[in-house]
Amino acid sequence: MVPLSYYLVLGGFLFACGVTGFLIKRNIITIFMSIELMLNGVNLTFVAFAAHWGALSGQVFVFFVMVVAAAEAAVGLAIIISVYRTRETLNVDHVNLLKL
Amino acid sequence: MTPNLHLWLIPLLPLIGAAINGLLGKRFSRQIVVAVALAFCGAAFAMALWVAAGFAALAVPHVEFVAPWIRSGSFQADFAFYLDPLSLVMLLVVTGVGFLIHIYSVGYMWEEGGFYRFFCYLNLFMFFMLTLVLANNYLLMFIGWEGVGLASYLLIGFWFTKDSAASAGKKAFIVNRIGDFGFLIALFLLIKHFGSLNFAQVFQSIAPLGVETAGAGLLTSIGLLLLVGACGKSAQIPLYVWLPDAMEGPTPVSALIHAATMVTAGVYMIARSHVIFERAPTALTAVAIIGTLTALFAATIGVCQTDIKKVLAYSTISQLGYMFLACGVGAFSAGIFHLMTHAFFKGLLFLAAGSVIHAVGGEQDMRRMGGLRTQIPWTFWTMTAATFAIAGFPPFAGFFSKDAILFEASKVSLVYWGIGVFTAFLTSFYMFRLWFMTFFGEYRGEQGGGHHDDPHSRAGAPAPHGHGIHESPKIMLAPLVILAVLSVCGGWIGSARFDKFLSPVFHSGVTAYSQQEAAAPTTPAEHKDEDRSELLFTSISVGAAALGLYLAWLLYISRPQLPQQIAEGLGGFYRAVLDKYYVDELYTTLFVKPLLDGSTRILWHGVDQNVIDATLDGSADGAREVSDSLRHMQSGNLRSYAGWIAAGAAAVIAYMIWVGTQ
Repeated sequence: MVPLSYYLVLGGFLFACGVTGFLIKRNIITIFMSIELMLNGVNLTFVAFAAHWGALSGQVFVFFVMVVAAAEAAVGLAIIISVYRTRETLNVDHVNLLKL
Repeated sequence: MTPNLHLWLIPLLPLIGAAINGLLGKRFSRQIVVAVALAFCGAAFAMALWVAAGFAALAVPHVEFVAPWIRSGSFQADFAFYLDPLSLVMLLVVTGVGFLIHIYSVGYMWEEGGFYRFFCYLNLFMFFMLTLVLANNYLLMFIGWEGVGLASYLLIGFWFTKDSAASAGKKAFIVNRIGDFGFLIALFLLIKHFGSLNFAQVFQSIAPLGVETAGAGLLTSIGLLLLVGACGKSAQIPLYVWLPDAMEGPTPVSALIHAATMVTAGVYMIARSHVIFERAPTALTAVAIIGTLTALFAATIGVCQTDIKKVLAYSTISQLGYMFLACGVGAFSAGIFHLMTHAFFKGLLFLAAGSVIHAVGGEQDMRRMGGLRTQIPWTFWTMTAATFAIAGFPPFAGFFSKDAILFEASKVSLVYWGIGVFTAFLTSFYMFRLWFMTFFGEYRGEQGGGHHDDPHSRAGAPAPHGHGIHESPKIMLAPLVILAVLSVCGGWIGSARFDKFLSPVFHSGVTAYSQQEAAAPTTPAEHKDEDRSELLFTSISVGAAALGLYLAWLLYISRPQLPQQIAEGLGGFYRAVLDKYYVDELYTTLFVKPLLDGSTRILWHGVDQNVIDATLDGSADGAREVSDSLRHMQSGNLRSYAGWIAAGAAAVIAYMIWVGTQ
């Protein structure tokens, strides 16, 4: 039996990787992937706790997260495509028309 | 059951005229403006005559309630009108002289711009003045009091593009505010102690009170404060300074407001409040002293003035001083008598002066007149009547009223009488000086009489025609003739009969000076003595007037180089009198400049700029600086927001871990 702390450390590591990627990467697709990474880090902790406590609610939450993530991916990717079509770039620093 | 006279119509008619001319007059032709103004003013006069005709059958005081106005607890002030012999006299003087001056103005102002505006203001003035004299309570009276001040301001500044006229209007208004301040406080005292401002109620509650013999008391303070108000309105020392400047207005305005009616409001108010003054000898003495001093002081200034209207202005102040003196010695009816005759002859003097100014094309300086006797005979003869009237020659009107005042004054103190007679001498002198300088000798002005390009010559005068010296049109001469007749005959009523007519008003059983009279009941022999002394006093004052006439003739006809020599002989004193004793300069240094400086430095630069503005500016600057630094957080860079969120989350987790380890 793998102890709970292993899952938590892995989940925290994935989340931290996601945050770091989100903050330092400029490519919009990489940023999008980093968000997914954070979500999955959180999902991992949810299921780890659910297994640990023998409670089902954590797993239900994970399903919700996955559904929302799928919807988000659909919308997000559509935006990315339309941004790329109009601006011909995926660098977020160049998508700054709304900045002051 | 007393008849309902609809007194409210009398003030309201001119108001309707003012409203019509004020709102629509711009579209009217001059004829319609005149028709409206004269119709409503004349209707008020006709109504006043109708009221006077039925007056004998009325029970006085006749009070007519029109509408409730202020009712707060036990305090009541209503729109109600009060008719007694005193207000009837005022009513007739105001509407009668006012109507004549309206007629005169038609001719005088015909070629002026703002014709409708002038008549609108004139009618507005009539409304407020009639409200003032007919009011049933002090508060309504105060409305009229302030309203005539407003009309006076508007009319003095009628030629508002001229700087001096605009500031003269302001000066009149501001100086009057000082007086009104005293008047208002007197009203507050009345409310506080008697709970009412209705004449009848106030006087009823005062009536049982005795004479305040020892120094000051409540009635004395009320009396003195009312006196302050009267001094402002009636141009008495120390608040007279606005009246000479008020001559910037058109001449009919000077005649109506600043000679015949408005300036006498103070005298009317004191006479109306005689119940208070009779119980406050200190206040009454103050009235007499102020009146005497003003009469003398203004007369001396009048002697040196060269502007024809300024001479008349100082003369008005001086004559108002006589009226105050009359009130101050308890001879209220003599004061009102003089008020009436003065309205006739001083109104006439101003109108005739306006006619002279009109004739010589806007010139007001008497040094550039002269010899006009033959060219403008109607003006000359009417002005002669007025001059003899004001100088106090029998049988002209001024003689009777002035004589009554001086005789009453002599009963109280010979000092008042002495100064009064000396002032009568001065009055006669400066009036005949004016008369000689204007109508006799050689014409000293420019030939042709037109001053087309000289803007200064337009002060208070209509546009010059440039036809040379010419008599005024008939519409201006008619009022002159009527007023001349009144100036001659107005005094024939006799002060005794006038006194009897007013006695229901002034008979209240108490007079401040009654003690000594009561102590010595008059025997027939003493009565004879009194008659003889009255004759003596009368001949002395007529002698003084004749002396003034002779001196003026000597100086300005017989030996015209003499005034120059006398002026040089007097040196500094002459300069002081010529410069009106530097009173304006003194007020400027003492009050106006400190006030202006204080307002500029402390209130404007200090309080307004450094406190109020600085607080607002400071808070605005602070907000901007704080937001300037905060706005860098809102860079629009998505990843920096994410960074902040991550940092925040990290901080929350760190805090929770720290809490957990505790």
